[in-house]
Amino acid sequence: MSVIEARGLRKRFGSTVALDGIDLDIEPGRILGLIGPNGAGKSTALNSILGLIPFEGELKVLGCDPWASRDRLMRDVSFIADVAVLPRWLRVSQALDYVAGVHPRFDRAKAESLLAKTAIRRGSRVRELSKGMVTQLHLALIMAIDARLLVLDEPTLGLDILYRKQFYDALLTDYFDHNRTIVVTTHQVEEIQNVLTDFMFINRGRIVLSCSMEEFETRYAEVTVPPEHLSAARELRPIQERQVFGRSTLLFDRADRRRLEQLGSVRTPGIADVFVAVIGNAVDGGQGGGNRA
Amino acid sequence: MTSTESTAGPDPVEPSSGSPAEAPPISAPATRWAARLAYWSVRRELWENRWIYIVPLIVAAVFLLGFTTGAARIPLPFPLPQKIAVAHSLARLLEAPFDFASLVLMLTYLLVAVIYCLAALHAERWDRSILFWKSLPVSDLTTVIAKASIPVVLLPLITFAITVGTHVVMLLVGSAVLLGRGVHIIGLWRQIPLLSMWAALLYHIVTVHALYYAPIYGWLLLVSGWARRAAFLWSSLPVAAVIILEKLIFDTSVFGHLLISRLMGGPAAIAFPPHGNMPMQAPTLANLDAFLASPGLWIGLAVFAAFLAGAVWQRRRQGPI
Repeated sequence: MSVIEARGLRKRFGSTVALDGIDLDIEPGRILGLIGPNGAGKSTALNSILGLIPFEGELKVLGCDPWASRDRLMRDVSFIADVAVLPRWLRVSQALDYVAGVHPRFDRAKAESLLAKTAIRRGSRVRELSKGMVTQLHLALIMAIDARLLVLDEPTLGLDILYRKQFYDALLTDYFDHNRTIVVTTHQVEEIQNVLTDFMFINRGRIVLSCSMEEFETRYAEVTVPPEHLSAARELRPIQERQVFGRSTLLFDRADRRRLEQLGSVRTPGIADVFVAVIGNAVDGGQGGGNRA
Repeated sequence: MTSTESTAGPDPVEPSSGSPAEAPPISAPATRWAARLAYWSVRRELWENRWIYIVPLIVAAVFLLGFTTGAARIPLPFPLPQKIAVAHSLARLLEAPFDFASLVLMLTYLLVAVIYCLAALHAERWDRSILFWKSLPVSDLTTVIAKASIPVVLLPLITFAITVGTHVVMLLVGSAVLLGRGVHIIGLWRQIPLLSMWAALLYHIVTVHALYYAPIYGWLLLVSGWARRAAFLWSSLPVAAVIILEKLIFDTSVFGHLLISRLMGGPAAIAFPPHGNMPMQAPTLANLDAFLASPGLWIGLAVFAAFLAGAVWQRRRQGPI
């Protein structure tokens, strides 16, 4: 059974179409990155999945309608909306008491042991913690919940690189297993490229590209081409061409690998580069693609 | 889900498999679980708003300080043969400060209730913490009911307890002062109808300030969830607008009178002497009957429920401001 299943998911805010008929099938055990420019509809999609907003179309999360039964769904789904949502007046001990009180799948001992690895004191209030520590606290609470789906919407926004790295390391080593599914949106695509199993580009409320990482690695190739091979390379119809230190770097989609290797050094591109190429090409007039995910 | 049934109590033991789609069976564990969620939701309110019991405590402390200072200055002693008569009249003299303590603490309750309600559903949107609360398996209904229970259940109880405590301290201080001046205090204690006074106080707080005022709290809660800012203005301006428009269009003031009668306590106020003193007589069952039979109470509670339903409807759709 799919963890998330959507057919023709739509959402309008007044005259603005935020989601324009999205189909999704997310299997258990995947780590999916939702990537798109600001205002592309990522947060709207996540909010629909979490039962935070009503939507049109068909959407089932773990077999149930998230809008109709958010509170039931939240026994099996966890989410971190962003780093600053823990109330500032809350004490660390109160946070533990409260989540233990209301969540049937919260393992307090696990949360305590995760907190023991940090410098966070039980008696501190959230307002006394640094931004990185607030994230550590939130992550400790979330990771101690035996949920089947974890949704992260820009979970590391505004954190320094050390905390960002710790955040994903902790998720992968202490939390993720093949019964769980993680959906994450972030602007720091490069940092999570090796964490993801799948990714999806969203632009203007539509899914532009949906791809597993294995498929991505075979499908896309980035080639640095010396000038003498440039015209031959261009004949293979690169989806993007750019200059890096005076050398031409071409991005190919489904091109013949052996042929590419004759033209220059071939690498797997970054998701961000493919994103810019795909979204940039999709945008009318080709000017709006500078919005990197 | 089979889990809820197998759960012996509200302990967090539940197998991780199972679909959330199925509703829990209506059974004792499910009820206990709902009670548990309500309990933690109210705890959360008390953590977030410690001031709602600290402020009345401070008011009581200030009052007691004033009372103690004043009591020490009572110009005594009286001639000895008049002791008993004096105690009798002193009992009457003490009644005024007792009434005054009740009045001050009740006004504090109303003020705290209004300020609390106007912030209750606003603060969590403003500090974005609504996203954290909504990430946990607590329904909007539970949250709104927990918030509504603060002005309607908790504050009345807190106010009553603090008032009784204040009265006891006043009695002890008054007795100590009189004893120091050779007054027969046993007579004094007999003269003060403490229990019926407290019963009347509890009756008044629960009927007028909790139940009869409930629609007012409901309205404030609704506005607090809806208004992005200036919740106080948004809660009072429409009321003023209705009164003014009614006067201009129909040249009547039904709504205004309705509001005044609501604030005066309507039928709940029957048990009270007209000159504004706190009643010293315990309410009778007849008073309670009259109160429970009054349509005003039930209409008010229906309006309260409707406002809460509106607040739940709203909170479901709302995120951070």
